[in-house]
Amino acid sequence: MNFELLLFIVFALVAAVSSLMMITRKNAVISAVFLVLNFFALAGLYLLLNAQFIAVVQIIVYAGAIMVLFLFVLMLLNTGKEEAILHGKKPIKYFAIFIAAVVFLQVAYLLVFGSGSFTSNPDIEASLSSGTVETIGREIYTKYIIPFEAAGFLLLAATIGALILAKKKFE
Amino acid sequence: MNSIPIEYYLILSAFMFSIGVTGVLIRRNAIVVFMSIELMLNSANLTLVAFSSYLGNPIGQVFVFFVMTVAAAEAAVGLAIIIAIFRNKLTVNIDEINIFKW
Repeated sequence: MNFELLLFIVFALVAAVSSLMMITRKNAVISAVFLVLNFFALAGLYLLLNAQFIAVVQIIVYAGAIMVLFLFVLMLLNTGKEEAILHGKKPIKYFAIFIAAVVFLQVAYLLVFGSGSFTSNPDIEASLSSGTVETIGREIYTKYIIPFEAAGFLLLAATIGALILAKKKFE
Repeated sequence: MNSIPIEYYLILSAFMFSIGVTGVLIRRNAIVVFMSIELMLNSANLTLVAFSSYLGNPIGQVFVFFVMTVAAAEAAVGLAIIIAIFRNKLTVNIDEINIFKW
């Protein structure tokens, strides 16, 4: 077993288990902390995939900014503990779990027993250079400059919208 | 480098997406539902980065960058809406938030 596969197994296990823990904890704050753990495991997987820029942005934006916002709101509202996860309307919740499991099994079946036409034989040089800040920055600032400006405008609109929504009571 | 079959990443991504769907469907706390949506966005990001890396094409990672931007905007506005609803109803339980129900 080579070192890369070992790293993948560790990160994938952490990501899978922390996502499971996230949806099963009664206390929402603990759920949020498990989601942070999940984001860190995903950043490790991005590093394995030679995507350095995305890995760093994942930690700064997701684990840093977005999750701090979530935790801030959670502690501000102090919503208390939920009742047991499968409490009330049980048949519908079991049905929901069943549907999600069916979706996952379908996708996994297709991936494992599918045509298998995608040969995972990557061009190492292209793969290494495609994740650097230089390459992604050049793409963003040349070919994708208009989507980039639109994303900036979207963030401005979201900031103003969030301010207005949270400022005072709805009329 | 890249000795792992891409299917491993895709199956992990599918698993995380299913967990996110389950979280949206069974949890009643609106903030946890939001976090499950973030989980689904992240599983889609993992797929994009995996294909981007295995095809040696940076465009997938540029798209992930935009997805993160939209997720940040969505989280800010969504949490503001939750705060506004909490002020009126004093709850974030989505079973009790039915103000649009006529």
